[in-house]
Amino acid sequence: MSNTIAHLKRGETAIIKEFDEIDVPLKLLEMGCLPGNRVTMMQSAPFKDPIYLDINGTHLAIRRETAVKISVERHG
Amino acid sequence: MGKSINVSLIGNPNTGKTSLFNRLTGLNQQVGNYPGITVEKKEGVCKIDRSLKAHILDLPGTYSLNTTSIDESIVVETLLNRNSKDFPDVAVVVSDIENLKRNLLVFTQIKDLEIPTILVINMADRMERKAISLDIDLMQKELNTSVVLVSARKNQGIDELKKAIANYKQLTTEPCMNASVIDTEYFNTLRNTYPNQLVYKLWLVITQDVNFGKLDRNRDIEDLKKHKFDIKSEADLKKMQHKETVVRYQFINGLLKKVLTVDKVNAKDLRSRLDRILLHKVWGYLIFFFILLLIFQAIYDWSTYPMDWIDGTFASISSWINSTFPAGPFTDLFAEGIIPGLGGIVIFIPQIAFLFLFIAILEESGYMSRVVFLMDHIMKRFGLSGKSVVPLVSGTACAIPAVMATRNIEDWKERLITILVVPFTTCSARLPVYLIIIALVIPDERILGGAFNMQGLTLMLLYLLGFGAAIFSAWVLNKVLPIKRKAFFVMEMPAYKLPMFKNVAITVIEKTKSFVVGAGKIIMAISIVLWILASYGVGDQFNGAEQIVTEKYASQNLSQEELDQKIASHELEYSFIGYIGKGIEPAVRPLGYDWKIGIAIVSSFAAREVFVGTLATIYSVESDGEEEQTIKNRMAAETNPILGGPLFNFASGISLLLFYAFAMQCMSTLAIVKRETNSWKWPAIQFLFMTAAAYFAALGAFQILK
Repeated sequence: MSNTIAHLKRGETAIIKEFDEIDVPLKLLEMGCLPGNRVTMMQSAPFKDPIYLDINGTHLAIRRETAVKISVERHG
Repeated sequence: MGKSINVSLIGNPNTGKTSLFNRLTGLNQQVGNYPGITVEKKEGVCKIDRSLKAHILDLPGTYSLNTTSIDESIVVETLLNRNSKDFPDVAVVVSDIENLKRNLLVFTQIKDLEIPTILVINMADRMERKAISLDIDLMQKELNTSVVLVSARKNQGIDELKKAIANYKQLTTEPCMNASVIDTEYFNTLRNTYPNQLVYKLWLVITQDVNFGKLDRNRDIEDLKKHKFDIKSEADLKKMQHKETVVRYQFINGLLKKVLTVDKVNAKDLRSRLDRILLHKVWGYLIFFFILLLIFQAIYDWSTYPMDWIDGTFASISSWINSTFPAGPFTDLFAEGIIPGLGGIVIFIPQIAFLFLFIAILEESGYMSRVVFLMDHIMKRFGLSGKSVVPLVSGTACAIPAVMATRNIEDWKERLITILVVPFTTCSARLPVYLIIIALVIPDERILGGAFNMQGLTLMLLYLLGFGAAIFSAWVLNKVLPIKRKAFFVMEMPAYKLPMFKNVAITVIEKTKSFVVGAGKIIMAISIVLWILASYGVGDQFNGAEQIVTEKYASQNLSQEELDQKIASHELEYSFIGYIGKGIEPAVRPLGYDWKIGIAIVSSFAAREVFVGTLATIYSVESDGEEEQTIKNRMAAETNPILGGPLFNFASGISLLLFYAFAMQCMSTLAIVKRETNSWKWPAIQFLFMTAAAYFAALGAFQILK
């Protein structure tokens, strides 16, 4: 997959698509990481991991290994 | 006084829930533990009006009622158990205006439990600046609740909240949405099987893995767990929980579309500007390093003045007691046992308070999350999580809350390793030992153009050594422990906030108080026992000390004062404690210590900070307590009986510092580790590993440096 949250560039915004429940912790859903929501890559930490996201107004950090499981749809 | 009701404060982390709690209760609060587990229980009393008093419980922060940690299960437990004395008459859900959407998730869940609920929207003072407007009336109607706008920071809306609490009887317990649409059939089965139970309560019991502690449930529910669980497989339940979250968010999104308008979003706000610097790949780490440096310099430099004053005061009290009250065992016990022992702990209040102050500021400001973010990748290589940084930093105050702070680390292996290595960090109980030894063996000089004090730098090195030891052992444990990692890492990055004076002050006062009282009790008991052991003995050498010493030195023409000193030393050597100490001496001599230090080390296996108090008590008995002396002067005057020269010299000093840096000398920490890991295996491994490291490090240092 090359269209996941992990592939977003700094400052880039996309819409979260479907993902498999098994790969994504419930906690992340509770924080607003749901299909259809907007996600912006704020910045990644030094060494590229973890990454700092703005998901629908909630600012949170997740590791790259989780981010590659969540596919997104980019706007042109 | 009239009626008293229970109010529970519930909400996401970083919503200002604790600030609101502090506003409502002031200093009228206490921190205890939930029975059987170590989760901090914060409660307080608030006068609502002339006839109503509210008993307020500040529940741990949680994003939902789906528990992933012991802290969160407390919230669920409190809300499910209607017979508990903590069960709320009214639940106050605290949300923050800028994160309303996320905050409402847990609100909708609580409403499903049919508990009278008030929604507080905090940080309302930011609404104007952020161009946010809210249709409160419509919101109250849609959510079936009262909504109160509050600013805990600016002290606004508190009276309105009290009014809403006072009217709690008018609140409807009707839910605001129907979550059972995710699987109507399944929920109908539940409803029909247990007609007397709330269906959402049943759902929570089925889905939550709440066997973290001993949790009381009624038999009905036990039954449910056993027989009805297999209606759905684990994977199906997980899917349903995901679906439930989606359904709840659909409701919330629909609601907010109707009631909330945000005119413009200020993208270049303070957060992104600060993050750019504080999370920078170079500046970020440099700033973190300088903040640490500042903290240690401050602890060392600023607290010298109150500490000198306290040291002197306790010395004066001892000699005042000695000269005012008639001589006798009781006066001696106070002047030589209790007062010096207590002085040994009171003296460290300034430093401990400073440490708690800095940690509170780092947490309150939101900076701590940035440190977690910066460090995660590095920590992961050592088998830790970025979240291990919080325990490692707060471990510099005390390992006990630090071990508890590991609870939000999701992965068990990362969490276990963090628990095992956290006691290497330099806790405040080591500080007393470090400070006094540093003052004795490291010159008080300034280097690098006078910018840094040698003693302060040594202290910083010791802190770094502690972190280094923790990281190195983590790396070893990560290689050795046969546990599979199944980590995920989710962390909120809260907005930056100016720390609120009231919150910081309350934290510092509460934490310092509990440290001093907790340690004070142990030290008091140990001081008394030590004093008795040091003041009494059997046999001719002890009872006939005066005669033996007088005869021995008869030819040397000693003054009466010098002779008294020799007699007291002789008595101490043949007292009960003298015999015990001599027994230990062979083990500690290669490290450069005499038997008195040996006693101090053994007694500090109860708690490290006992070290100074123990030496103070022993030397005080020896010197007969007549002349006024500070603990430091007494230690400086000790000579090494075998090698000659001061007992506390560079080699033995470094050896002691290393011993205390590595040794596991804290019973309370071992007890907490046992509780958090649920087995004696881990604390036992921890104890043996750390203490062996300490002995050999100290041995090596002394043998090389002497």
